[in-house]
Amino acid sequence: MQNLKYVKPTTIEEAVSLLANGGATARVLAGGTDVIVQARERKREIDLFVDIKAIEETRQLSFDAATGLTVGAALPCYIIYNDETVKSLYPALADATCIIGGVAIQGRASLGGNLCNSSPAADSIPAMIVLAGEARVAGPNGRRSVPVDQFCTGPGRNVLAPGEFVVSIHFPAPAANSGAAWERFIPRNEMDIAVANAASALRFEGDTVAAARVAIGAVAPTPLMLAAAAEALTGRPLTNETIAAAATAASAAAQPIDDMRGSVRQRRHLASVLVERTLREAARRAGRQL
Amino acid sequence: MSDRVMVSARINGESTDFLADERDSLLEALRERIGLTGAKEGCNNGNCGACAVMLDGRLVNSCCVLALEVEDAEIVTVEGIAAEDGLHPVQQAFLEEAALQCGICTPGFIVASKALLDINPDPSEHEIRFWLAGNLCRCTGYDKIIRAVQRAGEMMRNGSHA
Repeated sequence: MQNLKYVKPTTIEEAVSLLANGGATARVLAGGTDVIVQARERKREIDLFVDIKAIEETRQLSFDAATGLTVGAALPCYIIYNDETVKSLYPALADATCIIGGVAIQGRASLGGNLCNSSPAADSIPAMIVLAGEARVAGPNGRRSVPVDQFCTGPGRNVLAPGEFVVSIHFPAPAANSGAAWERFIPRNEMDIAVANAASALRFEGDTVAAARVAIGAVAPTPLMLAAAAEALTGRPLTNETIAAAATAASAAAQPIDDMRGSVRQRRHLASVLVERTLREAARRAGRQL
Repeated sequence: MSDRVMVSARINGESTDFLADERDSLLEALRERIGLTGAKEGCNNGNCGACAVMLDGRLVNSCCVLALEVEDAEIVTVEGIAAEDGLHPVQQAFLEEAALQCGICTPGFIVASKALLDINPDPSEHEIRFWLAGNLCRCTGYDKIIRAVQRAGEMMRNGSHA
């Protein structure tokens, strides 16, 4: 591996200052399952790792019925998907985190790492998008919040400015009569990178879909939130026709590439299938029969 | 070269101090600084599980951990699995079921299989295959490994150590 320094600050201020002074080649280290490999394979030029795991806020998992769920950016996946609150109130988050890599990856990998690595195929990002997640960012100019759907700007790129890092991700409290789900397609049953993934969240008022959020991944340079799919669903009862319209909107919005994992045609098809499946599961979790 | 840093951890139950480069992975430190060569370098990128060890009670790929991260941590490698009086049931079952050929993946499979059986003493075949998805074997075709884990589970449930 290239020569590098390792520091482990205990406060947010210290981490920000280390990152700001370290410049473009300083990198946050949480679970390390992406960045350590990238440093070794020189996919990213890194000469300073700032380990944020000694900062308490990055390891938190706190829920408040009024304000919602806050997940520390460095909290490993296995703690998230084994948490009873996550399992019962945010199952879409468990859907995604329980299948990122294998067990040894889930022992270390985090939501913050998955978000900041900003892979187009990141498994947790569509789930975080439909759950209206907001990244709580600390930096030289103080704190700010960035909606997860606006976080990624391209493959491996995101809105973080020099010296900034994600401290935690916040999710609003689940509304009554709501549900969300996440799915992906891979050729194996586990331990693979998504050919495509998708997530949906629905809130009902009576029989009507009062709010919808739909997101797809691995089919564009960034995970995409699909306004057109949400529009096709909102203000109407959920029917096979509205689900089909949302699925068609997903295929239309996808801008996939051909690569060893899948073709453009397959990925467009998968986007629609996974949107349909996650909508049906989100409705089921919201207590609706279709 | 960066200066080496002293790291203190409990490794296989023993307090261990070692010097590491800041860029060393835990795998490199175990093998090259401490002389514990059980964990193997397979892919060196988190895909194959040959370097799997327990870090503070969790299964991790030691190639994806920096040596300096394990200050004050508790680590168990394949060398720490056998009891004083003989092999651990997982090791015994791997031998009896011929669940290894070249052996490179075996330390990772042993550590990962024990981690599973410690929290789930009677896993289904599906649960075993799912848990071991992060461990790759190019020799056995996996079926013998699955049988060995099932047999080790039986041995452990029956309190047998051989």
